Amino acid sequence: MARAVSTQHKTIATAAAWIVALLIFFPILYTIITSFKSEQEAIQGFNLFPSGTTESYTAVEAQSGYFKFFLNSVFLSVGSTILALLVAIPAAWSMAFSPGKWTKDILMWMLSTKMMPAVAVLFPIYLIFRDTGLLDSRIGLMIMLMLINLPIVVWMLYTYFREIPGEILEAARMDGASLWNEIVYVLTPMAVPGIASTMLLNIILAWNEAFWTIRLTTTEAAPLTAFISSFSSPQGLFWAKLSAASTLAIAPILIMGWFSQKQLVRGLTFGAVK
Amino acid sequence: MATQQTRSLARFMMAPSVVLLFVWMIVPLAFTLWFSFQQYNPLNPIRDGFVGFSNYALFYSNPAFLQSILNTLILVASVLLITVIGGILLALLIDQPMWGQGIVRILVISPFFVMPPVAALVWKNMIMHPQYGVFADIARFFGGQPIDWFGQYPMLAIIIIVAWQWLPFATLILLTSLQSLDGEQKEAAEMDGAGFVSRFIYLTLPHMSRAITVVILIQTIFLLSVYAEILVTTNGGPGYASTNLPFLVYQKALLEFKIGQASAGGIIAVILANIVAFFAMRAVGKNLDR
Repeated sequence: MARAVSTQHKTIATAAAWIVALLIFFPILYTIITSFKSEQEAIQGFNLFPSGTTESYTAVEAQSGYFKFFLNSVFLSVGSTILALLVAIPAAWSMAFSPGKWTKDILMWMLSTKMMPAVAVLFPIYLIFRDTGLLDSRIGLMIMLMLINLPIVVWMLYTYFREIPGEILEAARMDGASLWNEIVYVLTPMAVPGIASTMLLNIILAWNEAFWTIRLTTTEAAPLTAFISSFSSPQGLFWAKLSAASTLAIAPILIMGWFSQKQLVRGLTFGAVK
Repeated sequence: MATQQTRSLARFMMAPSVVLLFVWMIVPLAFTLWFSFQQYNPLNPIRDGFVGFSNYALFYSNPAFLQSILNTLILVASVLLITVIGGILLALLIDQPMWGQGIVRILVISPFFVMPPVAALVWKNMIMHPQYGVFADIARFFGGQPIDWFGQYPMLAIIIIVAWQWLPFATLILLTSLQSLDGEQKEAAEMDGAGFVSRFIYLTLPHMSRAITVVILIQTIFLLSVYAEILVTTNGGPGYASTNLPFLVYQKALLEFKIGQASAGGIIAVILANIVAFFAMRAVGKNLDR
């Protein structure tokens, strides 16, 4: 097989793939480049070589307190993911290891909640949040993000747990392991990789969620999605600063994303494509 | 194996997820349904009360409504077309033996991790801006007139942005599926003298069919509710030219405070999503029986 590939074929494929890949990546690349330009440079036409100034970065922090939004994003995405895992792990565990008549229906139903358009419940949620004082609160938004991603978390965990051989659990049970011991010493070590993947993907999803995070926050709880959206107003628009803010907003998750490609496929297709 | 005890324990462990999701789904939806039959305006509470189906009628007679449904469908269909065909081609390309495949993958998947507001802002200002955007630079370089994308072709501009966000997703999933194709089968087909095209049609495409279905279904769910991209770029305009159903509902509810009409629109969005969901569930459900 290895023989069959000619160098010429490989060269052409390499060239074509790299050109396409760079074109697709270009908007991100150009944003990163522009973030190292001064505002003057940024509007002087196409230029791939910035002067390397970091003034935009300091300006973004000084003018808008970027760091606060960043912390909110971290808190919301990590917090909502942990919360979702706490609720989902027992559910997925019981579905995978003692499935009942209804397990499949429950899973399908959970998936169906994901298909409900957010706008359909925008106003009721808005009212509930307003009347309970949860509007613009980190806790409220964290719960919201947890609920949105819960079906995916349950599903992902379920597909991972299902691959753990049930015999091992049974053997442990035969040997007199209590349920607690079964979970802590037998299941957890085997399930950790799956839980970690689930966590990674859901942090990414929560980080990028851009409907509720924009609509349910104003200042205090606003994460980066809301912060960036506020840049769309014309008076606040400066190319280099916009680029710096954008770069900061996507950098952490971009890097996490690169490490989670495989899990991404699995998680987002609900285990249908591996 | 499942004793009475473990079964009730299983139920107990499932309860939090089920109850939470049930409440989260049913309570707000019930509210929306109720509001959709009410005249309700927080700014003008005197005329509140039950109005039957007139919200639906009002929403329906609103010229923006049909436009928004149409825009929603155009957006979903165009992005699906671009990403599925583009995704297949890209997956085939990346699957070829090459140098630096890992980096190519990383570059291609990257847009998927960019949060929607950033994607929209970057395209709006860095790429499509009629004066400072890269497209304008290119147009001027060739002596042409820069295009005012969001003024002249707002839907097209949004389609391009959203397709850019979802092409990586389609590519990644189709590539994963492609790579799980049995190498021996491919070789056997090659030995039998099957050319690239017939190998693709008779071997690769059927193998990828489930992945393609999944890509279409999952993207449809997300594409039906595109919001931030429109908010950041065109704000639905000019006029209603780039308003989709979610955006119209948002406008009615939080800008105009016509809660009844917005709720009616929300219910219509639910119905639309349910039609899609019906097919989605069947496809994913089959996978469970495997």
